[in-house]
Formats: sequence, structure tokens, C-alpha cells
Amino acid sequence: MRKLSKILSLALAVMMAAGAQGASLAEDASPSIRIFPVDRATILAGAVVDFKVEVNYSGGTADDVAVTLDGVPAVDVFGAATSEGITPEDGTYAMWEGVTFTRPGAVEVSVSANVNGITTEKTVAYTVLEAGEKKARNVILMIGDGLAQPTRTAARIMSKNLTEGRFNGYLNMDVMDVATLVTTSGIAALVTDSANSASAYATGHKTANNAMGVYTYNPNVDDQVGAKVENIIELAKRAGMSTGIVSTSEITDATPSAMFTHILKRSNMQAIADQMFLEGQRPDVILGGGAWWFWPSTTTGSKRADERDLIADFEGEGYAFVGSATELAAVDTASASRLLGLFNSGNMSPYVDKFIEKSPDILKGFDDQPSLMAMTKAAIDVLSQNEEGFFLMVEGALIDKQEHAMDWERAVVDTIEFDQAVGIAKDFADINDDTLVIVVADHSHSISVYGTIDTSKPGLEGLGVYENAKFPTYADEDGDGFPDVISPDITLAIGWGNHPSYYEDFRYHAVPSAPAVIVDDVAVANANGRAEDALLIAGNLTPEQPQEVHSADDVTLTAYGAGSSYFNKTLTDNTEVFFAMVNALGLNPLEFGK
Amino acid sequence: MAALCLGLAMALAGCAALDPAADSSGRDPRAAAPEALRFSDLYAGSTSRGLAFSEKLRSLAGSVVSMKGFMAPPLKPALDFFVLTAQPMSVCPFCDTDASWPADIVLVYLKDGALASPTTAPIQVTGALEVGSHTDPVTGFVSQVRIVADRVDMLE
Repeated sequence: MRKLSKILSLALAVMMAAGAQGASLAEDASPSIRIFPVDRATILAGAVVDFKVEVNYSGGTADDVAVTLDGVPAVDVFGAATSEGITPEDGTYAMWEGVTFTRPGAVEVSVSANVNGITTEKTVAYTVLEAGEKKARNVILMIGDGLAQPTRTAARIMSKNLTEGRFNGYLNMDVMDVATLVTTSGIAALVTDSANSASAYATGHKTANNAMGVYTYNPNVDDQVGAKVENIIELAKRAGMSTGIVSTSEITDATPSAMFTHILKRSNMQAIADQMFLEGQRPDVILGGGAWWFWPSTTTGSKRADERDLIADFEGEGYAFVGSATELAAVDTASASRLLGLFNSGNMSPYVDKFIEKSPDILKGFDDQPSLMAMTKAAIDVLSQNEEGFFLMVEGALIDKQEHAMDWERAVVDTIEFDQAVGIAKDFADINDDTLVIVVADHSHSISVYGTIDTSKPGLEGLGVYENAKFPTYADEDGDGFPDVISPDITLAIGWGNHPSYYEDFRYHAVPSAPAVIVDDVAVANANGRAEDALLIAGNLTPEQPQEVHSADDVTLTAYGAGSSYFNKTLTDNTEVFFAMVNALGLNPLEFGK
Repeated sequence: MAALCLGLAMALAGCAALDPAADSSGRDPRAAAPEALRFSDLYAGSTSRGLAFSEKLRSLAGSVVSMKGFMAPPLKPALDFFVLTAQPMSVCPFCDTDASWPADIVLVYLKDGALASPTTAPIQVTGALEVGSHTDPVTGFVSQVRIVADRVDMLE
């Protein structure tokens, strides 16, 4: 009977959770107006956006809805609304799809509606911006997913080490023209996810977590119509530039796909893969993991629910397809103008597993995956043939995924790999001085370097803090930039500001060991793979969280090359990264096609 | 080997095997021991053009197999199906949009009316093996290898 009561209590918990959601909707039960783009949005003059007005909690009874822009009725500015319907919040909406704001400066939008005899009003203000003169032919946006400042510090220590308190060398991302701090929150919550933050970089508009290239407050509600905003790949393609995405994750994952997609839910990866092929959104170079979204369902291992063969579709459009590091190295980049490379069925493997541990149990047959450096070099070689220039996004994706798993060695070694890709981008920028290189995280993690560990001693006995934190013994005799030994005599003490309950043994795990596993809907510390003397650290997250989660801390941005002075300021909102890119490229959609 | 309690249908029956014939007849109708299948047996190769089922997996399609593994974090508290994985999963790909399933998973369907409770203990699943792409009509979950379970046993 115990099991039965547990099942019933769980069912009750689920019902209560659903009830809580209903309550949060009911909080706003008085009629309210919502306008997309949101208040204080900055809009690129000539960029294509959907302008949407919702009158929620109106029971569909709103009438006399008046929408004006600077006092002029919307119908006189944009024409009649192109779609109308109901919203998930018991309301109605009108949307003007694919409109543009053409005159730089301030725009005030006012909406009033009559709901059951009561007038409800809302006013929002936009700033319409025009790009300045072209400064750069190319932009390379390098996103270290979850590249919290301490991962940069830890990577510098592991790669270069220190002598008498001074670093023996610097990372590529340390030696840039300008640095700023970036704030990362979205429109509906303090802490962003990778979809929302990458979408801000790609479009200049913040949205809600899980959504990309569309405005929404709640992407998990079905049967809603998101308001689209144009992204950097669409703009670059309209300008005649070449475009590319490179990532160590599934290439349909949030960060790379935010560059081209419009979707409410990032998890809808089959639809994202399909959008990747649409002509106006299709990058010329696509390199990463996630091949199973491109295989027809008849192929073993496919994640697709249909028989579409997307690799064949891309090949039909002239893409060279490569599936291994060897095949990538053999590409004649001087003649290839379109390149699709998929190197793993799912996410690619961390650098530690690709090139150091090489365990067959981890690689599962994908034992010839390229480095992020090789992918970045190939992408630049192909894209730089276009005299109109290119936009390339390169993501070190597994920094974040390994931080979630609290596997700091894998996260930091992937940070070094990412930094070496930054070096390749900077080398290219040096050739003609016509390229902007941006290095930035999409959000932070709660990681911290708080001392060192003497691995010859058990447990806490090896921990050194303050003056007892003797310098680590990382060495790089072969000069490849990676430490010769991942876990030498003295390593780093890494702590986490948030975490599930887990066993801390201050040891590197050659075989990955999850910090916690879910038991009856509750995260429980995982002792498998942890040393006998490991400390059980009580979790400080809600019990359903088995992993470390993102933090809202500002992230560091460093930029190099043409147009980098845009970032010569102390604090930068994440949407401004988009405007830095269009400003560097002089992208003016009002001039496209003229 | 302790039989795993399989939820509502079996809660009052001492959590025995799902197939009552195995207990009431006094003999196991599958007198021949089911073929043991390991996760490393599933695929013979992986390339960026697709995975390849192993000869062993293909040859066992339709017959009764047993497989040891872990129950992945479930979609809901009471299950008529679950995902069997080689290692305990720390995340719930059903509910975490950051998470993906590994390639080597097996979808386990429970027989009519049977429900399972989540567990992190290693388990052994015994039942008929199905091979090939299948889209679950309710959840849309796409699977390559399935077992229609006659029984699920807890190994600890």
C-alpha cells in the first residue's frame, strides 16, 4: 500500500502544480494589454518584425481597440492587421506581420481597449536605430556557452599557469581590444537560458526562456502565435553575405539555431532542422553534432518522426557533406561554397573524451570527431571566399553542459579548446583588418575558483585556501596549450554557488560521474564513481534539480578588430551585441536591393 | 532477485511478475532462458549517415530477451512505458529542454494495465524485442529498440 499512496501523492503533487500555474494566470485576471515588441525595445530600421497587440483577460469582449504609433492609427502606418485571433490568456490579439520601422528615433505606441465598459490603456516606447558606416566586412561571434568569468580564469591557469603570482601567458580571449560586462536577463525571468540569450544576440530582442526569434511570455502554452523578429543570418543573407554556424553541441541546439530560427520551444529540434533548410534562413556552413535530426526515420538512430532525408536535401542544394575529422580535413575549401558537417549523432564529445581519454564507451563509435579549431578554420576558409563578407557564429557548447554536470575539468578543457578557436578567428582578423571578433558567454554559471587541492592527501586534508593555496602544477611541455596531465599533483579547488546534493571528492573523474540522479522525482547524490572519502554536500536547489543551474551574474565580453570600439563601455545589455554586429557591418536593410 | 513492485495493478498482489502464468502454473512458460542482451550489443557501428543495428539485435527481433539497465527519469509518476538506459541518467530529457537522450536506449512498454513506479536501482527487463523506428502515438517519442515487458525485476 505504501507504493500506492506514493503514486497517489505524486499525482496530487502534479495536480497541485497545475493548479499553481492556473493561479499565476489568474493573478492577472483584470483586463491587460500586451504589446510586442515590448517596452523599451530597440529596433533596427528596416528589419522585418511582427507587431502584435494582445488584450488579455478580456473574455474576448474587447471592443473599440485603438492602436496608434506616434498618434497615427496603426492601419494608416502598416495597413490592416494581417492576422487576428485568441490568446492563451483569455484574450484576443491583432498582428501586423512582417512590418518595418523605417524612421530612426523614438516611436511611441499607444493602445486602448474597452472591456465591459472599462477602458484599459497601455503605452510603450521604441528606439529605432540605423547602423552606422560599414567598418567590418565580416563578423565572427564566438559564444562560450556558460563561459562564466571563473571558467576564463581556470582555463588560463590550466593552460598557462602562474609563477610568483604572474601568469606565464594569456589566453587568446584575454588579449583583445576592448572588454565590457554583459547583462543577460530575459523579459519574463531573471535567469536566462541559452535560447533566450542567444536570441537576444541574434535579433536584438529579449524574449522568454525556450523561445528563439519570436516574442512570447510563455512558450510552453500551445496554440499561440509568436511575434517574429528578424535575425542576423536572415539580415546577412539579404545583404548578400555568406553565413555559418559551428558548434560542439547538436547543431539544432539553442545557441546555433537562435542565429536563424523562429520557434517557441527550443526542444522542437526536428522543426528547427527543417527551418535550417529554408532558403532565407539557411546557413552556408553548418558544422556540429546532432546528425540524428537529419536522418530519415527509416535510418537506424534517427530522431525524426518522418522520412525526410535532410542530408540529401542539403546535398541537393550543392552542400558538400562530411561526417568525420578526416573528411573535414579533405574538403577543398577553395572550391566549396556550402558545407554541411555532422560529426556525432547527438552532442559532440568533450575535448577530454575526443582527444585524451578516447574511451570507446564514451565515444560510441564516433572516434574521429574534429576539434572546434578545425571546424572554425574550415568555416572561415569557405565563408571568406564571398567578397560581400560573412557572419559566422562559433559556439563552445560543452562548457555549459559540463558545468551543469559539475565536471569542471571537462568544462575548463573545453574552454581552452574554445580559446584556441578564438585564436584562429583573431589570426584571420589580422590578415585584412576587416573582421570583428566577439567573445562572450550567453549566461553565467555559479562556478568559482577558491583554492587548490593537493591530490596526494585525502579529502579536505588536501584543500588549500589563502596562503595555503599553493600554485597548481599544470605543465604544458608539448606546447599544445592543453595541460599535459588533466589532474597533476596540485589541482584547483572549484566550488559551486548552487548545486544538488552531491559527493565532493576533489578528484578528476576519467569516466564521467553524474552529481545526482532522480529517485521518485527527487535528486539524490550519486556515489557511483566518487571516492570513498567524498563529502556529502547538501543541495541548495529545489529537490527536482539534479544539476547545477545557470546564474544571473554579468558575463565578460571581449572584442577584437574592426568595429570593436562599440563595446567601449562599462555595462552592455545583451541585445546590444546584435546592434554592435549590424553597426560593424553597416547593415542597413532599407538599402538592401537598391 | 526481488521482483519490482509494478504499481497499481500489482500493488496488492505482492509485487510479483507481470505475467500471472509464470506464478500460477508452477512453471515458466518460457522454459528456454531468454537471451541476455547488453547495451553494447545494440549497435554494430556509428557514422554520421546513421547507426547500424548489430547482427545479434536483428536476429533476436521478435524473441524474448532480458536486459539489465536503469530506468530513466520518467515523464510522469506512474508509467505504462519507460526508457531503459545503460547508466543512471542525471537529467530528465522528457522535462529538461537542455537534455538529450543517448543513442543506446531501449523503450520498455508494460503490458495491458500494468504500471511501474520509478526506481534508481538497477533493473532487469524481460520481454519480446522489437527493432526499428517507432513513434509513440501518445507522446511522439521516437524509439529504435523496444521491449514489451513480461516482467521487470529489481537487481538490488
